[in-house]
Amino acid sequence: MHTATTDVWRWLSEIPDPEVPAVSIVDLGIVRDVRHGADARLVVTVTPTYSGCPATEVIANSIREALQDHGVADARIEMQLSPAWTTDWLTPEAKEKLRRYGIAPPAGLAPGERAIDASRILRYRPADDGVTCPRCGSARTELISGFGSTPCKALYRCVACREPFDYFKPH
Amino acid sequence: MDDALHPYVLRLGDNALVLSQRLGEWCGKGPALEEDMALTNVALDLLGQARMWLSYAAELQGDGADEDSLAYHRNAPEFRNLLLVEQPNGSYADTLVRQFFFDAWHALALRELGRSSESRVAGIAQKAAKEVAYHLRRSSDLIVRLGDGTARSHEMMQAAVDNLWRFTGEMFETDAIDAAARAAGAGFDATSLRREWLAYVGEVLETGTLRMPPPEAWMQKGGKQGVHSEHLSRLLAEMQVLQRTHPGAKW
Repeated sequence: MHTATTDVWRWLSEIPDPEVPAVSIVDLGIVRDVRHGADARLVVTVTPTYSGCPATEVIANSIREALQDHGVADARIEMQLSPAWTTDWLTPEAKEKLRRYGIAPPAGLAPGERAIDASRILRYRPADDGVTCPRCGSARTELISGFGSTPCKALYRCVACREPFDYFKPH
Repeated sequence: MDDALHPYVLRLGDNALVLSQRLGEWCGKGPALEEDMALTNVALDLLGQARMWLSYAAELQGDGADEDSLAYHRNAPEFRNLLLVEQPNGSYADTLVRQFFFDAWHALALRELGRSSESRVAGIAQKAAKEVAYHLRRSSDLIVRLGDGTARSHEMMQAAVDNLWRFTGEMFETDAIDAAARAAGAGFDATSLRREWLAYVGEVLETGTLRMPPPEAWMQKGGKQGVHSEHLSRLLAEMQVLQRTHPGAKW
């Protein structure tokens, strides 16, 4: 008997991201598809956030474990690169969860942008504007480091409340 | 074996792998904590990209090879990376200028490869292009800040630009392998990239009060064909020693 894919989506939405546990792997847009293959086996398609992100294998294992806990032992996990993941795959709820967790959500991407805009690559420009402090809400913030504790984050400081905070890099 | 694509994909993978290993040498030794994190994060992105390219190259090779056998069990003359990426880290200025020259080329190359009609190449390139755009932003920013910084930082940056310039010409050289990849729908016109690269690099260097060496200067080449400097052998000795001593060892 087929497992309903809506059930699978619900189970997957309970799996926290290993590096940012405030959001689930579904919130982050890592799970691309849930379907049944020609051989009737369940197929879960996932996409990596960053090419070298060490969490990718941990995520695949968490998916296998969650499905096994629900009695699906023979699911197949497929990796899909294209279309490439961007922070636009984050749901609005995910962005709010990040902010409440103390991580400023990504800002500065064109609305709805999911494809590669080549003109963005070569434009030499200063750091993103519009990064607001997740603690006090001030827009007076400054970049400390373009890279932070995980591949998906940069480090900022709030000029108003003086607190440093993580910023989820627009990508 | 797919003769048109295999050597081409190998070149892309080797560039990312060798530069990743070089940047990894800075781990724990960066001049500031933020710089240490940045270099190792860039190295991590490049390592992820190298794994995707080399896995594909191994599939095209089709004799039981995998990403690990390609990374750990080839000798220096079998590597196809650009001479630029194997150059030693030198001073921090040398590391940053090497990164900037490569990032500026890499961003353009990946943009073109992302438009490729070969879907696997296009998929990897589109993924990598987003990461490299971030690398280029950072390296461009540091060229300006340190070029237009103190007298000492300016002098060191200019020396690095002058010294590494001779390794930039190879990025725009084409040979039969490039032509075959293009015919297979996966390559790009290196000549047109050169114009764009020179314009961008020139603009950033000028903003950083640095002088761009003449584009027609004499250039080193050979890395793409497997003719390397001795620096690569030393890098590989360190990277490969464990797998050469204990083949197949796992964590």
